[in-house]
Amino acid sequence: MTREEALFQFLLRMGDNTLVLGQRVSEWCGHAPVLEEDIALANTALDLIGQTQMWLNLAGEVEGKGRDADKLAFLRDVWDFRNLLLVELPNGDFGRTMMRQFLFDAWQSVLLGRLINSAEPRVAEIAEKAGKEVAYHVERSSGTVVGLGDGTEESHARMQAALDYLWPYVGEMFASDAVDEEMARAGIAPDPAGLREEYDALVGRVLGEATLSIPEGGFFHKGGKNGARHTEHLGHMLTEMQWLQRAYPGASW
Amino acid sequence: MKDEWPLWEVFIRGQHGMSHRHVGSLHAPDAETAIRNARDVYTRRNEGVSIWVVEAAHISASSPGDKGPLFEPSNSKVYRHPTFFDIPDEAGAM
Repeated sequence: MTREEALFQFLLRMGDNTLVLGQRVSEWCGHAPVLEEDIALANTALDLIGQTQMWLNLAGEVEGKGRDADKLAFLRDVWDFRNLLLVELPNGDFGRTMMRQFLFDAWQSVLLGRLINSAEPRVAEIAEKAGKEVAYHVERSSGTVVGLGDGTEESHARMQAALDYLWPYVGEMFASDAVDEEMARAGIAPDPAGLREEYDALVGRVLGEATLSIPEGGFFHKGGKNGARHTEHLGHMLTEMQWLQRAYPGASW
Repeated sequence: MKDEWPLWEVFIRGQHGMSHRHVGSLHAPDAETAIRNARDVYTRRNEGVSIWVVEAAHISASSPGDKGPLFEPSNSKVYRHPTFFDIPDEAGAM
């Protein structure tokens, strides 16, 4: 794998994470429990889609085959997606959606904090821009996790159930492979394993305040970021997301 | 025990040097969440540089029935308007 190929894969990972999570979060539009949360979730989804445009446009540029963000988003099938399994999981209840959001926001905030010093200036630039949005996302989602975790008996039980369900998908964030090693060697992105300590500190603090317990055991699901084994949920999501471009190729407004 | 979150009134300052203006209201369980909700509901089109929220229950308001004694006496006192002065350009916006 050349450095350019590794960079392309890395950018797909960044862009597919925000694309798939943005699509998932947007499913709440018009369905959130209260108006204020509905608007906030839609704002978050739009931020993520905006970040997707930056990451995937750069990915297309690096690939050099004339694909832009739209082509990459709407004309690839499941096995070509490089997002973490965590973000493709169905929303579940509002509590699970917010827990997933927090677990992702925390990781993204730690990662972007490193990427602003990337040796690749185009990556540093995107990280700088996305960083401000993500700083707000993590503030909001951690506040909600604490509010619901340390809330009523029912909200606490739902948040603990959400954490138990989602935690086995966190480990994939920190599993390094050949792409990551090449990015680290080039100084473009940090070794994912090196983010774990900062992540655990942040997540541990918030979950502690939320009176929630992190499940024990080191097992984690993987196969999203290398595309080898996505869950069955991603295909269903893409069917809906890509329908228009598949039925009417090239349609635009 | 009521299930509804309290109502908060939201005030946004559009730019530095201007005063906060009432823009609307929203529901939130506490002040911090009210500020975050205000950010998402009222500043998503770049409307503000500062947010105030206050629980609506803490606002004391004049009674509509009192508007005669409260406001009508000032109707006929045009000399209280400082419109007879020329404001120097250097003074800026008043």
